[in-house]
Parts: sequence; C-alpha cells; structure tokens
Amino acid sequence: MSLWQRHAILEKNSIILVIGILIVIAIGGLVEIVPLFYLKNTIEKVDGVRPYTPLELAGRDIYVREGCYLCHSQMIRPLRDEVERYGHYSLAVESMYDHPFQWGSERQGPDLARVGRKYSDDWHRDHLRNPRSVVPGSIMPDYGFLEQTDLDYSHIADNLKTQALLGVPYTADMIDHAAADTVTQATNDSPDAADLQKRYPRAQVRDFDGNPSRVTEADALIAYLQMLGTQVDFKLYDDKANIR
Amino acid sequence: MANALAPQKTMTLGEGGLALAFAALALLSIVIAAKAFTPEYAFHAYLFTAGSIAAVFAIINRYYDRPAAPAPLTIDGKPNYNFGPVKFATIAAVFWGIAGFAVGLYIACELAYPLLNLDLPWTTFGRLRPLHTSAVIFAFGGNVLIATSFYVVQRTSRARMVGDLAPWFVVLGYNFFIVIAGTGYLLGITQGKEYAEPEWYADLWLTAVWVTYFLVFLGTIIRRTEPHIYVANWFYLAFILTIAVLHLGNNSAVPVSLFSSKSYIVWSGVQDAMVQWWYGHNAVGFFLTAGFLAMMYYFIPKRAERPVYSYRLSIIHFWALIFLYIWAGPHHLHYTALPDWAQTLGMTFSIMLWMPSWGGMINGIMTLSGAWDKLRTDPVLRMMVVSVAFYGMSTFEGPMMSVKIVNSLSHYTNWTIGHVHSGALGWVGYISFGAIYCLVPWLWNRRLYSLKLVNWHFWISTIGIVLYITSMWVAGILQGLMWRAYTTLGFLEYSFVETVEAMHPFYIIRALGGLLFLIGALIMAWNIWKTVTSAEVAEPASLKLAPAE
Repeated sequence: MSLWQRHAILEKNSIILVIGILIVIAIGGLVEIVPLFYLKNTIEKVDGVRPYTPLELAGRDIYVREGCYLCHSQMIRPLRDEVERYGHYSLAVESMYDHPFQWGSERQGPDLARVGRKYSDDWHRDHLRNPRSVVPGSIMPDYGFLEQTDLDYSHIADNLKTQALLGVPYTADMIDHAAADTVTQATNDSPDAADLQKRYPRAQVRDFDGNPSRVTEADALIAYLQMLGTQVDFKLYDDKANIR
Repeated sequence: MANALAPQKTMTLGEGGLALAFAALALLSIVIAAKAFTPEYAFHAYLFTAGSIAAVFAIINRYYDRPAAPAPLTIDGKPNYNFGPVKFATIAAVFWGIAGFAVGLYIACELAYPLLNLDLPWTTFGRLRPLHTSAVIFAFGGNVLIATSFYVVQRTSRARMVGDLAPWFVVLGYNFFIVIAGTGYLLGITQGKEYAEPEWYADLWLTAVWVTYFLVFLGTIIRRTEPHIYVANWFYLAFILTIAVLHLGNNSAVPVSLFSSKSYIVWSGVQDAMVQWWYGHNAVGFFLTAGFLAMMYYFIPKRAERPVYSYRLSIIHFWALIFLYIWAGPHHLHYTALPDWAQTLGMTFSIMLWMPSWGGMINGIMTLSGAWDKLRTDPVLRMMVVSVAFYGMSTFEGPMMSVKIVNSLSHYTNWTIGHVHSGALGWVGYISFGAIYCLVPWLWNRRLYSLKLVNWHFWISTIGIVLYITSMWVAGILQGLMWRAYTTLGFLEYSFVETVEAMHPFYIIRALGGLLFLIGALIMAWNIWKTVTSAEVAEPASLKLAPAE
C-alpha cells in the first residue's frame, strides 16, 4: 500500500483529519514559544527595571488606547544607525512588565524606546497639541484633547491588582496607594514625593502638562514617555555578561 | 422534537435553549451597562442587550412562521441545501469590503495630509487603522470565508448543512462581533495587539461563535454522502481549527473587572511578542491563506470546468503548508530582543515555506490546462488566476523579506505595507471577488448582470494594485536606505523627519491606487445588485440548484 493510498484514511475520517491537523500545527508553536518561559537567558539579568508607577501605567493605557504602537516602535535593533539615532539597543528585560508588549511593527514615526528625558515636558505638550508646531514635517495627528481630558484614575488600583495577578511585582502597599500616587506624581513639590519614590525608585515627580490645577490624560502620557528607556543604567551594563 | 406523524408544532430544544440563553445575556448586559466604568463600555453593553433581545424575538417569530416538521435533508433524492446564511454572508462581504477599502483610502490620505485626522479622537490614524485592518481582514475576508465554506462544504459533501439555528448564529453572531470590534476601536477600546485588538468580551463572544462554526462545518462533513472529504474542506478545516487555537492563545487576558472593558494580556514583553507574531503571522497563514486556498481548490476547477491539476501535489501542498507556516512568526521580530535561536528558526522555516506556497500556486494555475482560452473570454476566471499569480509573487517576496539581512532594511518600512497589500489586494481580494462573482448567480439562480463590468472591475483595480505596491516598494526601500545613510564624515545623513517628508509623493500615489481599487469594488457591488434584482433564470445552464431558503 503506497503512502498516497494511506492518505485515504485521513480523507475518509473527519475526526482523524482533525486530530492530524491539530498535531501538525501544534509542533512549531510549542517549539518556539514554550522554551521562552524557562530558558534563563531569554531575559537579561540587569538591575533597575521596576513596574510602572500608577500614573505611568495610566499613560501607557492611553498609549495603547490611541494606537500609538501602530506608527511608533519601541524596539531599537542592534544596528549601527539605530543605536546612533535612538540609543542603546533594546533589552528584553526592559519590556518584561509590559502587558501587552508594544514593540510595534512600523515606523511612520520614530522609535520611542528611549524617548524618556530626551525632550522637555513643554516640548511634549506642544508636540501632542500640534506636532507641526515643533516638527514642521510631521504627519502625526493632533492629540490636543488629551490635555483637556481629566485622567480617570478611579479604578487605577484595580488595574494594578490585575497586573499583580499576572506576575508584575506590585505590592499591597503600592495597590493601596495607587490613586493617591497618581495625583502625587503629577503634582509639583508634593510632600509625598519621597514616599512615592521609595515605592518606585527614580520616578519623576512633577506637573507634566503645564497645568498644575488638573491631572489630565496628557500628564499621564507624558509621564510614561519621559520614563521610557531610562530604567537601565548603560554605564553599568555589561553586554558581554548577557551574550545569548 | 417535531416529527412527521404529529402535525403538532413544538419548540425544539435548540430554539428554546438559545432563546433562554439570549434572554439571560440580555439581562446580564443590562446589569453591566448600569454598572460600567466607562460610557463606552456601557454603550457596548447596550448593544449586547439590543442584539440579545432582537435574537429572542427573531427565534420566537421564526418558530411561529416555520412549518411543524424540520426542513427535509433531501428533496426528490437531491440534497436540500441550506443557502440562506450563505446569501447573507455573501452580501455582508460586499458591504464590509467597500467599508474597509474606504477606511483604508481615508487613512492613506491621512498619512499624506495629516489635517484629515480632524483633531478628533475618533478619527485619528491610531484608531482608524485597526478599523481598516479588521474591516478588510475579518469583516470582508471573514464573511467571504464563512459564505464560501458553508457553500463548498454542502456541495462537496452533497449534504444539507447541519443545524437549524446554528448556521444563522454563526453568520449573524460573527457580524455582530465585527460591529462590536469596529465601534470599539473608534471609542478607544482596544487591547493593543495588532490584528487582535478587540477586548476580552468581544473575544469571548467570538469564541462562542467560532466553536459553533467549527461544529456546523465538521458536522456537515460527517453527514456527507461522498466517501472522500474534498481537498477544499481540508483547508477550511485547518483554517477554522488553527484560528481557534491562535485566538485562544494570543488573547489570553484578565479583565480588570466585569464592569470594565479594559483587560491586560497574560503574556508580557518578549514572550508576548513571540505569542503575538505566532498569532499574527498565522492569521495571514490560516485566515488569509489556508481558507482562501480552499476557495482556489473549489472555484477555479469549477469555473474552468477542469479537474484540479494534481491530486498528489494537493496532499503535499496541504500538509507542508500547515506544518511550516506555524514556525514563521519570529521573522517579524528579527534583530529584536527575541533570542537569536528563535529568530533563526523563524527565518529558516519562512524560506522553506516558499516551496509549498509555490506548489499550491502551480496546482491552482495548472488546473487551467486545456482551458487556457477561457482567460480571454471569462474575466471572472481571469481574476482568480491573476489572484493565484499574486499569491505566487507575495509568497516569494515574503521568504525573501524574512532573510535577516534583507529584513534589516525592510523591517519597520513601507515595504512591509506594500508586501501585505500585494497579498491582500491581489491574492485575497481577487480570489474573493472571483468567488463572489461565481456564488451570486449560483445562489440566487440568476445570470450575472454584466461580464463587461467584471472586466472593468478587473482592469481598474489591477492598475490600482500596481500603483499601490510599486509606490510602497520604492517608498520602503528609500526609507530604509535613508535611515542608514551616512555622510562622508561619518554622521547620520538624514534626520527622521526628513525621511517622513520623503514619503509624501509615494503616499499620494498609494492613495490613488487605493481609490482605483475601491472604484473597482463599487462596480462589483453595482453588478451584484443588478444580478440579484434581475429576473430568475428559468433553467440554470450548468447547475441544478435545490431551492434555497
């Protein structure tokens, strides 16, 4: 009986065909995905990466909501021109708390993996309000509505709780203070700033959108942008130690 | 259960159960709407309420209108095919196709003229882009897949589709999913995963629809009166099964609350990237390829009135394609923080994938052996054959772009957009148009209104595709070269925004190409409309159709 005739078994028995398909399509995915969860060298060992502050997380949710990832990548490749243009190539550890990841697939706009602290808050506010006021050739949409919309942080603790459930190391302390921390981080000279920075080392605390009277969506988004790619200190980073 | 002896009409378990389930869903949705965290989510909950109540009424209405006995499986020894849901999905495909192409044209114009973003949250590129991709892939493509698969599986099995309400649940439920997904994008409800943007509740709904789809399809195969399962059905089956697996794996998420539209994906960072592109590339491989290859294996032989070129090639094509495709995801992540071993595997299997892809292309095109003259006289067949040629072109381009050194230039650029559209417009679009031009006359028992208009559709949209892909090739390669250009002094030659400005003329050409493609589709819609509303053909020329319902 030739192989071609044996194939008739699959053609005449739908359940066997279904099982055959399931086996054949399972292999590739299993081989490529499962090891990433247990191979120790998948994520580099580096100090400094912490979970997002509540305000940064709220900003990240806005980044996701507005579909920023459809034009901006957050993944610098280890190519000469990219490293010179954007900074040190991205490490896996830098997005280990990203649910979901936002590496992107397209660059209608520049990479944002290390945009943090590159521009002033004022620049970001002007740029969101009207991108062409600071970059004349830009094709980015205007996001002026962000600074006019109050940030809804009434459920921010639930967001942290959910992330904690998924393995992000948010402590009970962080979750309890989530709403208060949101306001603190967006306030100039807040007395609670030191407390916040104890929970979230090196968090930038100030009014981000130039309007101290309100906590707006622009506050959250700019806080998120200003921390992007700033967590790992590359003066101390030893890339030889993490060769994979 | 109603039986033929007793004329007494009773509600079937399916009717009663489904009506109760929808009533329960309506109640749950009202509660969610009342307690929703955001007005956007409340709006969706109200849509679910309205949809559920409409479903309950539709089920009860249908019960009073229908005859006591269930629809017979055969009439005069011939299968009594169930084409109602097929007709609905076919028309829905035409509608969503035009909507999706129009949104695509609009966002193409936004990239050329950013003023068109209109300063409104709902019309920014970031929110409209998922609307475009989902409308063309899932709304247009999905309805074509459901329509053709329900048609082909009945025909090739010579059996009436399984289920009474189930096929309608699949078709209407799927289109309801599209409405929820699309309105959600405009309102900023997204989980931020490309091509898998709908949030957790839409995903759950789709899961229910998809499982039903699988059961109806498989049940119809099991009911077949032919000994063999036809090759097109292998591809449909692989498509339905794999999409289910991918959907569940990639969309694993934990909602923040039952009353919140927000959820967080279970996976994070590098693992999420791998899962995403395992999903993303196989949405291409199984949704946009396997399912449409099934159409190739049914509609081209049928239209050309020739048998499939090689039975053995189709076996190799099938198993090699579904085995290799699953591995190709990591080529979307070359040079990223994904470990090298995974990138190398992805590239290797992507290159191997070239072979079964071209095997399939040869099988499709060579089916015309002995009927090549029909290319001249039948624009519908020509459209389908050109579609397979586009398939061959983009399945060569894909493996080439997955080579790491090529990818270092092409990744993140418009070249990728061009590549996707040569596949999407040329392959998926044309095979779908061909199938629709075949299906509508068969389903409604009409003669196609005008072959001449098909010819116009073909040529106008072909020019559109050529403008689209050539402009994006040039734009993408230019963009990649500009990003890496150095001056003689060793500085980067161009700032980023200079590379954006350089894209402007190509974005205009691309938009023009999109406009032509849209015009072609409008011509098709007119042609379909005139066909459906024309007088029924007294005696069908080639096919004897059982009465549709």
